[in-house]
Amino acid sequence: MRQNSNVVALHAGILASLLILFFITSAYHNGNLARIMVLAVFAMGYNFLFGYTGLLSLGHALFFSAGMYGLGISMHHLELSVLPAFAVALLFTAMVSAAIGFLALRTTGVAFMIVTLMFAQAGYLTILLFGKYTRGDEGFVIQQAERTLFGLDLTDPSIRYFAAFALFAASYLFIAWAVRTSFGRCLVAIRENEARARMLGYDTARHKFLALLASGVLSGVSGAGYALLFGYAGATFASVQYSILPLLWVLLGGSGTTLGPLIGTAFAFYLVDISSEFTSAYLLVVGAAIVFLTLFFPQGLAGEIRRRIAPWLP
Amino acid sequence: MATLSLLTTRRVCKNFGGLDALTDVDFELPRGQVRALIGPNGAGKSTFVGTICGRIPPTSGEIVFDGQDITHLATHRRICLGIAYTFQITSVFSRLTAYENVALGVRRIHGSRWQKVHSLVMEALDRVRIADLAEQIAGDLSYGHQRLLEIAMGLGQSPELFILDEPTQGLAEGEIEGFKDLIRSLSGQTTILLIEHNMNVVMETAEFITVLNAGRILAEGTVDEMRHNQDVQAAYLGRD
Repeated sequence: MRQNSNVVALHAGILASLLILFFITSAYHNGNLARIMVLAVFAMGYNFLFGYTGLLSLGHALFFSAGMYGLGISMHHLELSVLPAFAVALLFTAMVSAAIGFLALRTTGVAFMIVTLMFAQAGYLTILLFGKYTRGDEGFVIQQAERTLFGLDLTDPSIRYFAAFALFAASYLFIAWAVRTSFGRCLVAIRENEARARMLGYDTARHKFLALLASGVLSGVSGAGYALLFGYAGATFASVQYSILPLLWVLLGGSGTTLGPLIGTAFAFYLVDISSEFTSAYLLVVGAAIVFLTLFFPQGLAGEIRRRIAPWLP
Repeated sequence: MATLSLLTTRRVCKNFGGLDALTDVDFELPRGQVRALIGPNGAGKSTFVGTICGRIPPTSGEIVFDGQDITHLATHRRICLGIAYTFQITSVFSRLTAYENVALGVRRIHGSRWQKVHSLVMEALDRVRIADLAEQIAGDLSYGHQRLLEIAMGLGQSPELFILDEPTQGLAEGEIEGFKDLIRSLSGQTTILLIEHNMNVVMETAEFITVLNAGRILAEGTVDEMRHNQDVQAAYLGRD
């Protein structure tokens, strides 16, 4: 029971710290943190499938961009207001995730990686194909005037920070809850030994499908949130780079931990931010840091804390 | 009409690329019985129980469990009907705790009723006498303890039919004694199908024995009958 209270205290502490950070950091870091929180939702969605269920997808850019364009096109072309557009984005991402889950989950391992990668590339090319509406690589801006919710101007830095926080907190608490349910524990069992989980009477195919659905929708929440709060949708976010990034963030932060995605996203973001101040070869610094971390902290930062200090870490 | 047999197989065959692993196996297991399935290596024992729990689809034949034809039912659905299976080769979740290993099976039935789950998990671990190891990572347990954990995972599901594939392999003397006590304590409530090489265990726990040889049922009978059966002795010791 003591461990349960530790977990609750940790979750509350993380959320409280993010609120406090708003007041003690500069406007520049506020902007960064808002971006990190939104992208961390993407990483958490990815982690749900990769870290907990053990399915390595190389196509999550598809879900992120489905959310981004679901919202962007609804607002830009269909002139929907924020809430309905967000609903459309989620519905659209859920449909895309369900379709991908239905098809890609017939494969496992390397084949699953390749199939998801291919679907994501097909999605990227589709966005380019319909350039008339998507504006392709150039993308389009969602007008400042349209980005209001309940009379609040989402382009205002403070409001944007709290909107990003709300998205993050909701997703974070959802994950924290989900991984403790019998459903979440079964996902871990599937990751560890799927044949054995099936022999315990679990419908592993259904569990994997639902995990992919949740993972895709969370990625879509992040994509839609990003488009809404930063006012832009573009095909770059559907490119393979955005499939690799969440994998990277999760690996750095610690896969299969609730906290890992946030740590990994923040770490990678500031690594680029700080190193690019000193050198134009900042990707070299990033690469070296990744090699270093993989060598010495193979379970990621949160994974290492769990292994060494706090085995109760969720 | 309620049937006395919990499990019936009719003319079950399994052919692995030209090799007949099972040929026309007709098998009947009454409810509540402790049945031993014995036979020399390669007789088809594990293949046969594999067809019952769904790991191996039979080439032909019919399998009926509790009055329901389960021949084409998915593995997890058979388990949900009340069949538990312990693996011959230890297959615990090695990076999870012993507790969580058992809890996974219990939660499938009792969902998120945490108190109920907790008491059933501890009871199952206690019955195989490893309750004190509950918080250990399963992969760190000794081989014998992993075998016992495997059995506890089955017990936690309170199965109707409990299939144990060579459960005493790798257990120490004292642990084998404990295992015999466990089977005796289950007899009457749980129907047990026991694949076992240790004749001592078979003779002391089973009520009835089926002997499989070269994919066919060679003989069936009570422990005493089998002890004196010429065919059985020949299959085990070789004829002439």
